[in-house]
Amino acid sequence: MNAEQHMEKMKAALVEHERPAKPGGISTSLTFAWRALLKIKYVPEQLLDVTFFPVMFTLMFTYLFGGALAGSTSAYLQFLIPGILVQTVVFTTVYTGVSLNDDISKGTFDRFRSLPIWSPSPLVGALIADTVRYTIASIIVIALGLILGFRPLGGTLGVIAGILIILIFSFSLSWIFTVVGLLLQTSKAVMGISMTLLFPITFASNIFVDPATMPGWLRAFVDINPVSVLTTAVRHLMGGRPALAEILWVLTASTVLILVFAPLTMHLYRNKQ
Amino acid sequence: MNNIINHDDRPLAVHAEGLVKRFGKQRAVDGIDLSIPQGTVYGFLGPNGAGKTTTMKMLATLLKPDEGQAHIMGHDLLTEPNAVRRRVSLTGQFASVDEDLSGIENLILIARLMGYSRKDAKERAGELLDAFGLEEAAGRQAKKYSGGMRRRLDIAASMVVRPDLLFLDEPTTGLDPRSRNQIWAIVRALVSTGTTVLLTTQYLDEADQLADRIAVIDHGKIIAEGTSGELKASVGSGVLHVRLQDPATRAKAQKLLADTIGAPVHLSSDPAALSAQLTAQKKGTQALAALDANNIEVSEFSLGQPSLDEVFLTLTGKPTENDVQKDGAKS
Repeated sequence: MNAEQHMEKMKAALVEHERPAKPGGISTSLTFAWRALLKIKYVPEQLLDVTFFPVMFTLMFTYLFGGALAGSTSAYLQFLIPGILVQTVVFTTVYTGVSLNDDISKGTFDRFRSLPIWSPSPLVGALIADTVRYTIASIIVIALGLILGFRPLGGTLGVIAGILIILIFSFSLSWIFTVVGLLLQTSKAVMGISMTLLFPITFASNIFVDPATMPGWLRAFVDINPVSVLTTAVRHLMGGRPALAEILWVLTASTVLILVFAPLTMHLYRNKQ
Repeated sequence: MNNIINHDDRPLAVHAEGLVKRFGKQRAVDGIDLSIPQGTVYGFLGPNGAGKTTTMKMLATLLKPDEGQAHIMGHDLLTEPNAVRRRVSLTGQFASVDEDLSGIENLILIARLMGYSRKDAKERAGELLDAFGLEEAAGRQAKKYSGGMRRRLDIAASMVVRPDLLFLDEPTTGLDPRSRNQIWAIVRALVSTGTTVLLTTQYLDEADQLADRIAVIDHGKIIAEGTSGELKASVGSGVLHVRLQDPATRAKAQKLLADTIGAPVHLSSDPAALSAQLTAQKKGTQALAALDANNIEVSEFSLGQPSLDEVFLTLTGKPTENDVQKDGAKS
């Protein structure tokens, strides 16, 4: 093909095409979720944190400490599985901030921000995709638990309700990490700060042990730790005795998180330089 | 520069007055006025850190100006940012394609966001990849593309719905000459379909080749504006370079040239070469005739308009090269 023909071909592709109707916010958000999920196809390693880590943690805690903590590993499993589920998903929320920071530093978001679309959709889309990852993590932990001998009294419904409340809380919590992701310069810094924040709130909780044996000052912290409240809510749902107070507390906390951090995220996102 | 005149009757793609952007104490953009007629290519020329990218980002709704106002395709930048976004497209300085996705997925993504159905998005993506010579790389991840391919994919993404105004930030920085020519061909094709292009560049020949009008920007201000011919004319009529057959005749030649041209003649380090700044174009031919009449044989000569490099040097008092190192800072 000579240069002139090529020029004609380019012009043909560039001349006015009929402009499609402007898509709605839900549609563009789902398109962004599709984008995030496509990446799993190319970098399947990024599923390690939702597959390998929870499996490792569950096995380690069950067999290392289970006998000592609860008399037998099977007794400990009933206690641990809901908690380890909370820990896995809460840790996974960090990646929301990390991947957002990556996107911004690469300039990809400059294009998105200059598109005529509902402006939160790149962020909402990313969070929808993350919720898919959280679901994968949940299914893996529950499946492993069932294999090892986890027998939830709440049945299938109780387990699903437990997972749902974790997803709601994590989706809301993710907005904190989008703020961190927008404020910090590098994704390494985002990772570092977020982990520093998450380690104490997941370990100083009732996930692994009953706080009854802890010193008073630590117990005071553990009792008001949101992760503990969430864990209690999940345990009771999966155990077939829903604890309304805790459920209400988690739903309220989730709403507050979104009301505070979603607008803050959007403000930072719009004014990012 | 408050006296920019709209040189023809075409409606304006960009009309900006007194744009200012501060980063801390530094005035990155310090009062820029622009009038860019539709269907033309307008070049921002300047070193890194001059304020080119910042100005472009403000016009593309990515940054809010601290002062000033602008209309883009007739829409107010400050009060109708969404209307502006529907008419413009931005291809950033650092390729804004998603490197983890393949070429075709990148274009499908943009097409879906612009409202194409799944099937139409795929079709449009294929059409653009084909037109930009990327059809064979369609299924490959963009991170495995060469610099030139990535640039073309980036521009293709801006063309999914043809914008009325395209911002191209340093479209050929770091590209090899062949890729550069391909990008230039794309820009020309674009303009022929009616899109207005605003491009920034550090390369003077790029501005010279593509832009109808050029604004030379330094320290956040437009220090000169016009066609490349006007800019060149503003610093004189060019330079005569002569190389003699016999270096021994140089002293005589120097005297002859000085007499005919009426300006100092510069002796270069090459013992057979000399050059002189011309005050008028025809003095060059007169000088050559004088050498011939005195039997001084010339092996090479060139007579030309000053290069834009010389223009830039004259206007800013510093060469362009010392700013070429890339530091990723806003420019």
